[in-house]
Amino acid sequence: MSLHGNHALLTRANPLAKFVAVFAITLVLALSIDWVSASAALLAEFALFPLVGLTLRLLWQRGWPLILAAALGGWSTAILSADSGRTLLDVGIWSISEGSLELGLGFMLRGLAIALPAVLLMSCTDPTDLADALAQKAKLPHRFVLGTLAAMRLVGLMAEEWQTIGMARRARGVGSHGSPLQRLRATLGQSFGLLVQAVRRASRLAVTMEARGFGGSERSWARESTYSLLDVWVLLGGLVISAGAVLAAIAAGTWNFVF
Amino acid sequence: MPSTEAGVRAAAVSARGWGWRHAGRTAQAVHGLDLDIAPGERVLLLGPSGAGKSTLLHALAGVLGGEDDADESGSLLVDGVRPQDSRGRAGLMQQDPETQVVLSRLGDDVAFGAENLAVPPGDIWARVHEAIDDVGLAGFPLDHPTSALSGGQKQRLALAGILAMRPGLILLDEPTANLDPAGVLEVRDAVGRCLDKTGATLVVVEHRVSVWKDLVDRIVVLQPGSSSEPAVLLDGPPDTVLEQARGMLAAAGVWVPGYVPATRARAGTSGGELLLSAQDLAVSRERPRRRGFRTIPPVPAQSGLSADVVAGQALTITGPNGAGKSTFALTLAGLLAPVAGKVSAGVALSNGAGNDPYKWKAQQLISRIGTVFQEPEHQFVTGRVLDELMFGPRHLGHGEERVEELLERLRLTHLVDANPYTLSGGEKRRLSVATVLAASPKVLVLDEPTFGQDANTWAELASFLSELLDGGTAVVSVTHDEEFSAVLGGTEMRLRSAAAAVYTEAGAA
Repeated sequence: MSLHGNHALLTRANPLAKFVAVFAITLVLALSIDWVSASAALLAEFALFPLVGLTLRLLWQRGWPLILAAALGGWSTAILSADSGRTLLDVGIWSISEGSLELGLGFMLRGLAIALPAVLLMSCTDPTDLADALAQKAKLPHRFVLGTLAAMRLVGLMAEEWQTIGMARRARGVGSHGSPLQRLRATLGQSFGLLVQAVRRASRLAVTMEARGFGGSERSWARESTYSLLDVWVLLGGLVISAGAVLAAIAAGTWNFVF
Repeated sequence: MPSTEAGVRAAAVSARGWGWRHAGRTAQAVHGLDLDIAPGERVLLLGPSGAGKSTLLHALAGVLGGEDDADESGSLLVDGVRPQDSRGRAGLMQQDPETQVVLSRLGDDVAFGAENLAVPPGDIWARVHEAIDDVGLAGFPLDHPTSALSGGQKQRLALAGILAMRPGLILLDEPTANLDPAGVLEVRDAVGRCLDKTGATLVVVEHRVSVWKDLVDRIVVLQPGSSSEPAVLLDGPPDTVLEQARGMLAAAGVWVPGYVPATRARAGTSGGELLLSAQDLAVSRERPRRRGFRTIPPVPAQSGLSADVVAGQALTITGPNGAGKSTFALTLAGLLAPVAGKVSAGVALSNGAGNDPYKWKAQQLISRIGTVFQEPEHQFVTGRVLDELMFGPRHLGHGEERVEELLERLRLTHLVDANPYTLSGGEKRRLSVATVLAASPKVLVLDEPTFGQDANTWAELASFLSELLDGGTAVVSVTHDEEFSAVLGGTEMRLRSAAAAVYTEAGAA
């Protein structure tokens, strides 16, 4: 995950401001299952695409598991929830009625509207800058924040390592063929190999960091995390979207408090 | 000692009867070390494996303190202070380039150490620019992704990160063992330039003496810890020490300049049957992607590759980093699917299993083509050396009698009950070769088998492979090591950066 080549406006906003705005939107949407608040938020989020340098194609590439999960969740809600209103489809135990369809649609839109802000945030935020903001502005302990950041870099290497270990084990005669039990055992063995490598890497990285003076109480920051006027707009934007979603739902009479 | 204009005050090292025992070990890694290093001196640390060279370097860097029941004796001081109490006085570079990088943007990574030392932000960026300049990475922007750097570039980046801390003592722990020849020189030259400029003290541990000999002004030879003898065996100017201890160092597996270990000569170079052939092959580590109903093949790392693997003949694959050498070898070995073109096994090799090695089952594969990976640990599948060797034969149902011979031949007999992960680098390498050979494959594929190996392991490996070749096994190796390919003889296939390959005859030994 890197911002290389993305120069959209919101890449310049402070990550913490973006984080708070995203949190506000997510919180509001988590409070009600209804399609009006979710679609209002979703529309606003789509309008933000140019500001974060995201396109529909990029969204699909980065967020397809979330999108599929939301669609699947909506579909199963539609067929499994209690029927109300006119019945639209009835196949044995599965039935879709107007009421359940509305609930399913609300569920799917809500899922998307909650997931999308996180995708927007990560599209216009470098993880290093987010760590800077969390440590300097939110005053989270820097050892924890920077340790996590360094560990995340190793996660990318692990994917490559997994492939290599898989090949290396095939070369030893441990195949991915055979009965489900044999396959499970092969996967467990491969996971153990990966774990060993991950621990080795992590301890060497820890030595590197310690040798560079990491872990003391005093620390300066080469990249000072600062707020600008843009961040006020980001916070306002988050507030407007979340308040707008609630008001739209209340006005339409669909506000449906979950707790 | 006055500080130089680069703002560095060179550090002095002093050890008095210093010893260290790692947690959970009975023997001391270092015992009774007496050593003085003056500010600005450049020292090459040599010795057999187990002499405690890395332990000493870690101690000087102040990163040994973490172990709970470790045991320290005597004193080890940097500028009269315990290393763990003077953070930032020493900078340490280790072997594995991947773990020398901390952050994902080049500039941030260089700044990391200086930040930890609480250097004011304004000064940090001045130091970062200077350090990047000094190590020769000035061509990259500060936000260049560190993951896109080569191994040699990553090590130079690590050096820049160390320089930005302005340490008085620079510690290098086999900094070039994982690099190709071009990368080795890149790093060595960058270190030399930076030392000339800052005047910092240097302690470097490295098997390949010729790389560092002209850069250091003193060689210290350590010997494994024992209560009767001192830890320092020899100490003096490079030429004197090398002259005095040449035989002893060579026997300990150190690569003394001009020394090529004796190896078994090939008896004959005549080839036998065709075992494997690649036709117009395009290779990549990535799998094809699916978009809708279309399948998009990955961009090949290398294409247009054709080669024949013949019984009793060596094929050596060489070329610069990133040319797709390993990828080609793994495709040839039936571990990766070709992007285009075809790998086909001859009748003598396939023996009824079909002619596409990639489609063979794992058990069919290991009795035909054996692959030894660069990192031995990737291939360990059990917790005991003997089980590791018996693994292949047990699955195949034959060949257990060969294990005894391999144990003997590769000097692993005394280790049968050990855990493979706890072996030394050379032992791991020998074990990984033995485990693959236990399945009696007709083709042996090796990826950089001599990387980071001491001269003894090197010579054993080369001799053993030459014997196998004479016995009719085909050996395909990916290597940068010219002396190694000279011992094996056969054909050299030189890959260029993603362009057509050129063939030449390697010198027959």
